[in-house]
Amino acid sequence: MKKNQIMRKVSIITLILVLLNTLAVQAQSTDTEMADVMRSNGKIYVVVLVLATIFAGIILYLVRLDRKISKLEKNN
Amino acid sequence: MRYAWWKVICVLLVGFTVVGGLLLPVPRLDILNETIRNLYFHVPMWFTMILLFAGAFWYSIKYLRTNKLQDDIYAVQLTNTGIAFSIFGMLTGMEWAKFTWGSAWSNDPKELGTALSMLIYFAYIILRGGLKDEEKRAKISAVYNVFAFAMMIPLIFIIPRMVDSLHPGNGGNPAFKQYDLDKYMRMVFYPAVAGWFLLGLWIATLKIRLGLLNYKRENPFQFDFEKKSDNA
Repeated sequence: MKKNQIMRKVSIITLILVLLNTLAVQAQSTDTEMADVMRSNGKIYVVVLVLATIFAGIILYLVRLDRKISKLEKNN
Repeated sequence: MRYAWWKVICVLLVGFTVVGGLLLPVPRLDILNETIRNLYFHVPMWFTMILLFAGAFWYSIKYLRTNKLQDDIYAVQLTNTGIAFSIFGMLTGMEWAKFTWGSAWSNDPKELGTALSMLIYFAYIILRGGLKDEEKRAKISAVYNVFAFAMMIPLIFIIPRMVDSLHPGNGGNPAFKQYDLDKYMRMVFYPAVAGWFLLGLWIATLKIRLGLLNYKRENPFQFDFEKKSDNA
């Protein structure tokens, strides 16, 4: 019985150590540099706006081209 | 506009990719940092290229079976659009590599394989430019297109996986293991692929329709004949 209890204690300690270790790894990974500043001052939204504008322009171009071709197909 | 419903889906999906791809959270990884978001744009370029080349392969075989010049128009315009997407894929890849792997070109097996396969498809366009006779051009380029697609499979899918590569998913590197498990990245990546697929198909169909219009204008006689034979 005693041996069993010791084993249990050891396993609990190992578990805690493993958990602590994963926490430490997570803390380390948050050190990775990301665009947090841009996010905090909202400038990332400027980038989104620029890309959305280009995308909207391309789609508008495609739609107009599509309409023109449809018209040509009808006239033929 | 023809078949507008899937074009609407395309706009919604790619629009979501642009906004969600920039704003939704991504895993914090060293070296990659925010560039991980390129995954939503760089990888779908290649996927779309493969889809378009597969379509061209299909129509090339179809041309060889039917000998209809319309099928040749499908094949060449799908290939043209695929080449455009391959150029986008290559440029975005080089830009991404410059800032993460250190240089725009590092002779990575996947880079070399795709470059070779792009050259093979460039040669398809040159081959077509060199042949004046329509029937001959269609037949020779259809055979060449089948060869080009058959070469692309080992160059892009097999050889890079047999050797060490900087690209994920090759030489024992994990493919999407690190980040594809992330639910936010999945939430953007799959719609992105579908959206870019549809955009590629949209552009290709526009070019095909223009090609067919030209063909119709140049061969009015044949169309009258076909109409008459349909009515008979």
